[in-house]
Amino acid sequence: MSEKRIPRRAFLKGAASSAGLILAGCGETEPPTYGNILRMADNLTYKAHRLLLPSQSLAREYDYRDISSSPAIGTTNPADPDKSIYSEVQGPVYERHLKNGFEDWRISVEGSVMQPGSFSLADLRRLPSRTQITRHVCEEGWSAISQWTGVPLHHVLAAVGLKPTARYVQYRAYDDWADCIDMFDALHPQTILAYGMNGRDLPISHGAPVRLRVERQLGYKSMKFLRSIVVLDEFDDGGEYGNIQNGWSWYAGI
Amino acid sequence: MTSEGHRRWIRVSHWTIVASFLTLAVTGILILMVHPRLYWGEVGNDLVPALLEIPISNNHQPEGWAKTTTFSEVPGSPISADRTYRIFNQNGWGRSLHFLAAWFLVATGLVYVLAGLVGGHIRQNLLPKVKDLSPGSLVQDARDHLRPGGNVGGGPPYGAVQKVAYAGVVFVALPLMLLTGLTMSPAVTAAVPVLLDVFGGYQSARTIHFFGFSALFLFLVIHVAMVFVTGAGRQLRAMILGK
Repeated sequence: MSEKRIPRRAFLKGAASSAGLILAGCGETEPPTYGNILRMADNLTYKAHRLLLPSQSLAREYDYRDISSSPAIGTTNPADPDKSIYSEVQGPVYERHLKNGFEDWRISVEGSVMQPGSFSLADLRRLPSRTQITRHVCEEGWSAISQWTGVPLHHVLAAVGLKPTARYVQYRAYDDWADCIDMFDALHPQTILAYGMNGRDLPISHGAPVRLRVERQLGYKSMKFLRSIVVLDEFDDGGEYGNIQNGWSWYAGI
Repeated sequence: MTSEGHRRWIRVSHWTIVASFLTLAVTGILILMVHPRLYWGEVGNDLVPALLEIPISNNHQPEGWAKTTTFSEVPGSPISADRTYRIFNQNGWGRSLHFLAAWFLVATGLVYVLAGLVGGHIRQNLLPKVKDLSPGSLVQDARDHLRPGGNVGGGPPYGAVQKVAYAGVVFVALPLMLLTGLTMSPAVTAAVPVLLDVFGGYQSARTIHFFGFSALFLFLVIHVAMVFVTGAGRQLRAMILGK
């Protein structure tokens, strides 16, 4: 069930670009601060973590009996137009996927990759899987322990082939929300595209059919309802649908 | 008791820490308002019982959750539910400002402790001597401080109670706040999981963080009150101008 190794090629590429990120110092590949002192503090925390914490350390994993109740907050159904975050374009698409049980759902993986492609749920299930029981920490202050099953993101990235210039992995959801992580987190063994929760298919309110798990950051980085992945050479804040422009820290390792 | 006021580096670090602490206190309460419940262990959320509920916001509404679903058929199975109400949440800037202030506090604290060790301030003035810790000495010192017009200087040497309080803040309370704060970081606990064992889990660390703040706030109230009891003008002059 568990799979802990990172493909060497993907890892070396990721490590090389991540090292470049730190060595580059003040470059255009860094998260922007917009001259905002809060964003400068966020970047200081980010750099301190990347400098001082071992990049491949695993978040603690728990026992099956530790699994707890877990609230669903934020977007709990992207097809519901009454929710505060609703996409006029993607909402109806998600509704169609809901109706046919995600049979035609595919996640596209493009950008700075050798062979852009898309993956159905069956495609993702055919790739090596990883099951982990981890603690979800919401930025609000609550926590819950759940079991997550999915394909490590590094397997998906290896399947499409990262270009050497790749530095960030951006992902987008059916409520149009966009976010990205650096290669340290993208290639981390516990960063998975999760299609299962507590031994069952991922429930709708927890992000069906597939959500991301980024175990070393706060819950909002583990985006629900994924629809696309774009590998980036340079940082992208996601615009009006991203954290930074909505006043939130991009890095949430805290 | 004679006193020559406070040295410049102590004055600068004192007021930097005051600004950092007040910012941390305000943003900390702001963050707590978003989830005003405390727990013990690793897990705590609106669907499980709390150790303590603090009435500082209306964010916990047990009736505001959609019908619950269970994760398995086993009796007592963990549940899930969707939140149906909007909550107060200013954590975007609140948490970033909390960490900005924390960086200032940590940097200043490091300079303070290093300078205090090298220059002898910590050994000579701050750490209580064995004789300071006797009940008689503590009671006598408290009496001296509380007597109107008492003979209390505006700088070192400090009385026995002062030494215990200041050393407690510098070497117990603030390091505890830093460590329990770091225990709430998923990136830090991935690298240093022993923090979770030391404090009993993520939510325990959060609860200890709150009580650590409460202790520091109590210190602040007494500290400021003593400044007034012993002469606010003289004490403030000593900590601002150093004389």
